[in-house]
Order: sequence, then C-alpha cells, then structure tokens
Amino acid sequence: MNTPLSWIKAYVPDLDVTAQEFVDAMTLSGSHVENYEKKDKNLEKIVVGKIVKIERHPDADRLVVCQVDIGGTEPIQIVTGAPNVREGDLVPTVLDGGKVAGGHDGQELPPDGIKIKKGKLRGVPSEGMMCAIEELGSSRELYPEAPEDGVYVFPKDADVKPGDDAVHALGLDDVVVEYEITSNRVDCFSIIGMAREAAVTFDKPFYPPVIAETGNAEKVTDYVSVEIQDTDLCPRYCARVVKNLKIGPSPKWMKERLASQGIRSINNLVDITNYVMEEYGQPMHAFDLNTIAGHKIVVRRAADGDKFTTLDGQERTLDHDVLMICDGEKEIGIAGIMGGENSMVTDDIQTLVFEAACFDGTNIRLSSKRLGMATDAAAKFTKGLDPNLALDAINRACQLIEEMGAGEVVGGVIDIYPNPVQPKKLPFEPEKMNALLGTDVAPEQMLYYFDKLGLSYDKESNLLTVPTFRQDLNCMADLAEEVARFYGYNNIPVSLPRGEATVGKKPYDHRIYDIARIVLEGNGFSGGMCYSFESPKVFDKLLLPADSEYRKAIEISNPLGEDFSIMRTISLNGVLTSLATNYNRKNKYARLYEFGNVYLPHALPLTELPEERMKLTIGMYGGGDFFTLKGVIEELCDKTGLKDQCTYVPTTEHPFLHPGRQANITKGKLNVGWIGQIHPEVGDNYGIKTEVYVAVIDMQTLVMLSSFDIKYEGIAKFPGSTRDLSMVMDKGIFVGQIEEILKKCGGKLLESCKLFDIYEGEQIAEGKKSVAYTMTFRAKDRTLAAEEVDKIVEKILKELSKLGIELRG
Amino acid sequence: MKEKLEAIKAEALEKIEKAKVLESLNDVKVAVLGKKGELTQVLKGMKDVAPEDRPKVGQMVNDARTAIESALEAKTKAINQALRTEKMKRETIDVTLPGTKKLTGHRHPNQIALEDLERVFIGMGYEIVDGPEVEYDKYNFELLNIPANHPAKDEQDTFYITKDILLRTQTSPVQARVMEKGHLPIRIISPGRVFRADEVDATHSPSFHQVEGLVIDKGITMADLKGTLQQFAEEFFGKDTKVKFRPHHFPFTEPSAEVDVTCFKCGGKGCRVCKGSGWIEILGCGMVHPKVLHDCGINPEEYSGFAFGIGLERVTLLKYEIDDMRLLYENDMRFLDQF
Repeated sequence: MNTPLSWIKAYVPDLDVTAQEFVDAMTLSGSHVENYEKKDKNLEKIVVGKIVKIERHPDADRLVVCQVDIGGTEPIQIVTGAPNVREGDLVPTVLDGGKVAGGHDGQELPPDGIKIKKGKLRGVPSEGMMCAIEELGSSRELYPEAPEDGVYVFPKDADVKPGDDAVHALGLDDVVVEYEITSNRVDCFSIIGMAREAAVTFDKPFYPPVIAETGNAEKVTDYVSVEIQDTDLCPRYCARVVKNLKIGPSPKWMKERLASQGIRSINNLVDITNYVMEEYGQPMHAFDLNTIAGHKIVVRRAADGDKFTTLDGQERTLDHDVLMICDGEKEIGIAGIMGGENSMVTDDIQTLVFEAACFDGTNIRLSSKRLGMATDAAAKFTKGLDPNLALDAINRACQLIEEMGAGEVVGGVIDIYPNPVQPKKLPFEPEKMNALLGTDVAPEQMLYYFDKLGLSYDKESNLLTVPTFRQDLNCMADLAEEVARFYGYNNIPVSLPRGEATVGKKPYDHRIYDIARIVLEGNGFSGGMCYSFESPKVFDKLLLPADSEYRKAIEISNPLGEDFSIMRTISLNGVLTSLATNYNRKNKYARLYEFGNVYLPHALPLTELPEERMKLTIGMYGGGDFFTLKGVIEELCDKTGLKDQCTYVPTTEHPFLHPGRQANITKGKLNVGWIGQIHPEVGDNYGIKTEVYVAVIDMQTLVMLSSFDIKYEGIAKFPGSTRDLSMVMDKGIFVGQIEEILKKCGGKLLESCKLFDIYEGEQIAEGKKSVAYTMTFRAKDRTLAAEEVDKIVEKILKELSKLGIELRG
Repeated sequence: MKEKLEAIKAEALEKIEKAKVLESLNDVKVAVLGKKGELTQVLKGMKDVAPEDRPKVGQMVNDARTAIESALEAKTKAINQALRTEKMKRETIDVTLPGTKKLTGHRHPNQIALEDLERVFIGMGYEIVDGPEVEYDKYNFELLNIPANHPAKDEQDTFYITKDILLRTQTSPVQARVMEKGHLPIRIISPGRVFRADEVDATHSPSFHQVEGLVIDKGITMADLKGTLQQFAEEFFGKDTKVKFRPHHFPFTEPSAEVDVTCFKCGGKGCRVCKGSGWIEILGCGMVHPKVLHDCGINPEEYSGFAFGIGLERVTLLKYEIDDMRLLYENDMRFLDQF
C-alpha cells in the first residue's frame, strides 16, 4: 500500500509533520513503513523566476541571454537555449549551487541528480538554469501544460511570484510512503483508511470526503436491473448509470494521485473507477450499457468448461466455482477479477453502468489463483471487503463524474443487499485491558482513542459499537491492541513474569546430542546442516534395490521440484553431497557430522504422522580410515556410558557400503547404527574419487542405552598377573571372535585384553595370520595364584582351538 | 707439622679453585682426602706426634679437612650449575614456532546461536520442548486461529503431504501441543526445523529454523513480554542493546508485535548491516490470542500468556555477517572452520 503524504493531508489537513516524523510515528502505531520516496529528491535551490528581459547572445544564434527576477534586489543573468522563453514568463529557476533531478531529455534519472553551477556559455556568464519539467523529475503526462521542448512556464493564473519555492508551487514537494499492511487491516488498503490511522496517530481531526447527492430526475431502474442468483458469493451489488458521457483526460490532481499508486491514467471514466478503488479500497467496474443484453445484470456461477474472453483479450476456461457477472444472455465479466471484452468501455460509449459490489474474499482468492489472474481488484476483494463500502464508493464515483463534467448521472441507485452487515457491539472492559497489557491507562483515555477510531460508546449499556470496516475487532484483546497502539507499545512498562517458579532444562536426549558434538568436534568433525527433503534419485545413487524399505518415502504433494520432493528415509545423502561439494572444491579433507531426522511412514499414503527418528550422520574423506572413524564411535560410546558394550558385527547388508568394510554397531539385539566405507560405485555417483568413510548412529537407541550411573570401584590393591598369547589362525577369523572368547572365559578376573600385534606374511603359512594379545588378570580381594591364571588360559586355548586357532610355535 | 698442614690445605684449595671440570675436583678429593691422601697420611702419622700435641694437631687436621670439603662442595655445585646453564643454553628453542595442534572440528554457526539462545532462556526457567516436523494441519493452523481458507494456508507457502498432514511452517504448533497437555504454568522454548515453499536464494531457504517461546500463567501481561524480550536481547546481543516494539499482526496473538533491536554491529548509529536504520528486526511476538487458549483447553478468563518466534538463521546471518544463506547448507569446510 502506497500513500502520497499530500493525499493523506487532503483528509487530515492539520497534519504538519516532516516525512521522517510521519514515517516513524505511523510505524509505531502499526502501519509499518517499508520505504518512502521524496518526490523532490535532488531538487535544491529552485525558485520561481520572472524573465524580465531577453537579448540575443552575441556569439551564438540558438542562445539567448535572459535577465531573471528571482525576488532579490537585482535580477540574475541566465543564458538559455530554450526556444519558448518570452519576457514576462514565470519559470522554475535553479540557482547556483542547486540541483535538478535529471536532464531535459527525460531519460532515467541519475541517483544523485545533477548539480548546477554558474559558468559561461559561449563567453557570456550564466548564473543558473531555467528548468524543463523533465529536469524536475516529472513528465508532461502529469503536467500537460508543459511544452514538448523548452522550459516549464507557470500558467498565467498560477498564484506564484518571483522568489517563491518553485518545487512547492508545482506540488513536487510530496512524499510517497510505502506500508506493509497486515492482512487483518482490510480497511487500511485504502487512502481513507490510512488517513484515519494518521489522524489518530497524530491526534488531528479527520475529514473524509463528503459525498454529495448526485443524479438527474430519471430512475436507474428504467435503464438496468440486477439479480443475484448466488448470494453466498455476492452479499451486495450496487449499480448506477451515467449517460451522455464525455470521455477525455483526467485533471492533473487525479493523474498525480493515480501515478502515486502506480496506476497510469487512461481516461476520465477509467480513472474514476481506479481512483475510487484506491480512495475507498472498493474495486469498481464500468460496463457499456449498450452491450448488456436485456439491460439486465445477473450474478451467478459459471458452468464448468465455459470459455470467456476477458478485456485483456485472453480466453479463459471457467469452472463452476467462478462467479460471473452476466447479462440477459451471456457472461460479461469475471466477478471481482476482470471484466469481459464483450462489455468493455470503448471511446464511443454513450451510457455506462457502474458496479460496486462485494464478493466473497475466499472465492475470489481461489478463483484468481486457479485462473492465474492476479488483478488489483482481486487483490482487494481477496482480503474480504466490508459490504457497507459499496454504496459510498459508487456514489463517490458519480460525484466525481459530475464534478469533472464527465457525464450525466441518472438518479437513484440499485442496491441489492439482502442481509446487511450490522456493526458489532463489544463490552468496554478497561480493567481487563489494563490487566492484559500491564498498564494503567485511564478508561477515559481508552474511550478517546476508540472515538477517534470510529467506535462509539454507550455508557448505559457499557457497549462499544464497532464500525463494519473494522472486521478485525472481535474481542477484548483486539480492543486492548487498539489501546496499546495509540498509548504506544513503547510506553508499556517492562516487568518479568511472576508466579510459580519453573525449572529451566534441556530434555535428556539433547544432553546426549551435546556430548556427541563435543566428541565429534574433538576428533576434527565439524557440524553441518542438510535438507530434510531430497530427490527420489538418491535411492538409485545409493544402489538401493527396488524393494528396499528405504524407498518407502513420504512424497510432498507440492514440492519445489523433484530435488526436494520426498522426505528422507536415510540420512546419508545430505552428508555425502556435502562431502562431494568439498571434494569438488579441492578441499584436501572433510570431516562432517549432521543431526537430523529421517521420516518413516507407518503406511503410505500417510494416514497419521510418520515416525521421526533423529540420526547422527558422520562422514569423512582425506586422512584416516575405517578405524579412525570407529575410534570416534567408540569414544562416543565411552562418553555415553557404553564403554566396551557395543559389538561391531561384520555385514554386507548395506548396498551403499564396501561389502568387505561395513559393520553394524549393536548392543545385544539392538542396532545402534552402522559404519563402513562408501561403495566405490556410490563414490562415483557422488563424484568423490577417494575413500569415504561414514557412520550413522540412531540417536533414539543411543539415548535409550546411555547411562551415567557411575559407581567408584576403588583402585586395585593386589598385583595383577599378565599373560601374552601369540596365535596363528585363518585370515578370515575376526579378532572380534577372539576377544569374545577371551572375555567369556576370562570372566571377572580378566581385567583387560589388548591386541598388540597382528601379522601376515613370511614365517606364517599362506592364508594364515598371527595375532598376539596381552591379558591382565587381577582379583579384587587377593593376589592371584599362578595356577588359577593357568587354568583360565587353558580354558581359553581350548575354546580357541575350536576355531582352529593355535598357539604360535 | 702445622706448616705441612697449611701447605696441604693451601695447595688443595688452590687446585679446587682452579678446577674446571668435576674430574679435577675428584682428583683433589682422592689426592687429599682419599685413603692414601695427604691429609689421611697426616692422620696416620699422629702416632709420631707427642701425646700432648695430639688434640691440637687433630683439631688442625679436621679444620683443614672441613675447609677442603666445603670448598669441594661449593665448587662442585658451581661447576654443576655452570654445566646445567650451558646445557639449557644449548636447549634453547624457537618459541615462535607454531604449536602442535590436534585437528578439531567446529560447531555450525546456527547451532552456536541456538545454544546461546537456549542458555539465556534456560536461565530464566524455560524448558526446551521438541515437536514433530511433519505435522497435522490442526496444530500448524487450526488451533492457532488460522482457519480453513486463510491466505496463509495457501499452497504457495506450505508444503502439503496430504490434505491434513503437512510440513510445519512454524514452530508454533508446539505451543498448541504443550497447551493441550494442560500442565500449567507453561514456560517453554521450542527450537526446530520449519519448512516453507520458498526457492533457494541468498536470503531464502525452503527449510530453516525457528525458536518458539511460550509462557502461560495467571496474570501474565504484555509488560512481562516486553521485560522478557528486553532481558533476552541484553543477554544475547549485549548489555547496551535497546529493544523497540512495533504493532503487527499474527493470527495466534493479540496484541501482536514485531521487535527490533539496536544494531549489534553499529550500536544504533546506522551501518551496512542495519541498512542505515540503526535497528534490526529479530522476532515476532504477542499475547496468546484468547481463542487459541480456549481452543487448546485453557480458560482465557483465568490464564493469559505470551508467545514469540525467532528466525534462527536470520539471527545467525546477522550476528556473523554471513551474506548468503546458502552457505549454511553447503557445509564447505572453509566456511565451517571459521566458527
């Protein structure tokens, strides 16, 4: 929404503020100013000058030397090439050191304007410049009296004298303010609405336009009739007729005001409908009466598949939910969106029918979306207009017709309004309002604000009557906001909530996430952030088979494109993509981790919310191998109370991982996650030509298993006994299997077992490897006897031999 | 006898004095104090001394011995000290060489900002609560006073899965879920991922984070809301931060406000970060709409409350002067390493 300050001042004449004061105060009372533009930007030191004498330039045929009276004691001398100067003319004159907005060619204005300095033209001193309208940043469209070529000359009847501020005299000292109006304030999408806000904000009287009686002695009903068939979509329809039309240009003030709204002047009739739409916020439409069959207007829904050509020449396909304006035979306009080509106003129009109606906002919004027609009128209706606006608007339009001599208004108005909207009544509850705001505003003060806002108060019933244009005021809290706005949000005191104390805390799972972050960052992994949605192509990139559970993903019905169309069921793609980004950018290494959900549907299509599982995804390339990453996971387990409790079970079940380098991380029957090297083919798919290691931890499981229940066990008092085992075995045996045996047989007395050597090659038979462990045995309550330890070792050897493991000779 | 002793002593002391290395001292020790040393020889020769002179001579020998021993000790210490000084001199290192660092990772800037924010509110007694990212329309819209056909529900803003299930567009549904549980009073913040159908560019992302705040209790006022956010701004952005409340509209709060803080870059003078205004918009807030309270099962005549929502990325980008939102999702190590 834009408003020129001058238009606001037309209804709030006592408003005497600078642009900055206006903008600041309006923002603080709720009309957030996004931007404002001074129309006199770069216009400096420009006064009205009177040409008192013109002489030929001694050395140039096309230049003349003028003596210009600028209200001082002596006239100044200005050399000009303008062809239209005459003695006695009053012209805008920029003085030495002043600025104009642009050149006389009307090209795009330079951002900082053009500085004017005194100098010599062909040897003759010149102390300023007389200005063309283009040099003042405007155009002949708004100042039609300006010459096509030459300086602007004030009309003879202009009330100006030499030395006056020419910018002010031309009305160029205006400011156009752009607001961000919130969707609840439908009334503020109009100049009148904004002027009312300004009047309350600055506590000045508000004078809305006075609508005069219009029309001749004829009856409108003799010209046209109106019938609403679908009243659910059209609560009100007003129509009036204007005959003997005189189409012509609009006056300058109207063109200027329309221009400030970004609307180009067409002719007086079209301009009036646009003007009223901006002034009142009520869209209007004009039909040529001669094109209306049977001189009858019918408002009804379209039939599915109807074709209709709108006044922009485009053919539209309609459906049953589109509301149409029809005549006795055919459709002539899409209600609230755009008129039809078949009834549009042309230059040879004789008689027109004005329409000011109220249409259902939601219907207009949906229709305009379906039809792909975002018109100014639709934008207004979409917000849900007050039906009570329509009559004022149509009468205002007729008043402008008469004032501008654009035609003869036929008497009377057709007003179909079966269920008039009545003003709401709300109780006046000053204590409750103060209690909500934490303020102590006097009831009288509140009533003062309400009165200025157009709410009347009846003391007897203690009720406030809310005008129908304020559809947003429905309860005490809404009224309290009005009080707060004009009392000033920044005048509300500052306090902290009292009452029952509450415990500030993080949920337990967040504490585990924090530990994970510390562990990961301590190992060189940085936190990343990835999207929750991705492309279904990811499944192929990850080599997932057609029947993979991962492929059962939730689809977004209106995605931004295929790349963001499904909710991820596997978290790997985000980190892999990020690693690829780093790889392509030639970063030597990358170590990333990411916390984010995967979304697992219980059934597709969704009938209930999916399961959201938090996954910690870790990925790395460049420096380090499988065991580097495994070490990190082990540290994470250590720090969450799972020291030595997780098993790394070799597997081949993850198709995106190297079949010989992947493991599930388990505890008992629970799967905590998995770890492995990315399958080289997957690496190719992501364009990473180096070894990539990844792990995914299911945080719900880790959180569930985590424990911080630590009990001090004392420091060993009795000596331990160590034994080394050097074994030879098949290469295919995992050391995990050996450790399992050591732990099982060692029982409580086995304090630790550490792998200290693993060897393949010479001295060892083909297909075999040698593995060596140091075991430490210790009892808490005594010194272990050698025989005791021997017994255990014997048991271990027996178990190992079952796997074909022998002691190395 | 006396002369002899004096001579031994003088000679020994001179040798000690002249000694440069520990070996020379040892030589003196052996030559004078050793089993066959000169002084020992003198003692052995005591039998030839007249008995009445023996105590006196004995005394003289001891004196000489003590003198030599203490000279030896002092010199040993001096030589050792010199040796150590010499050694340390050789051991001098270039302390300006770089330290040996372990490769450590970096926290994502969004996470750092979130943790700063959580710390402030936990300190004020707020509990952190999570909610689902795939959400029912009922919680995301309906219970928040955004009825069917509200423009905010337009497909262009919201990602839908089915008619009733969508990707939450805000963290506010957590408000409705917490209120519905009915444990009063409520003081929560709820950070999380939200989704809107905005194409990716320097200032937009279809996925970003909000932090929702909600307080419900008896007698909560708008003054409390102002005080709370003022406190937050001072803790989060710095002690001298000022806060400005501007009226705004949100369907689920009434009165509603947008909050600006004095620019944390220039302190309010006007700069590139605040686009010259001196203020930066950081959040939306308001008093919980009585209809929302009612629909979530809380009696608005008895309870009132406030809510606020902060766009986390916005705060992160401003705080770290990051000029492109896409950087937050690329995870380039050269970006992450800076935090």
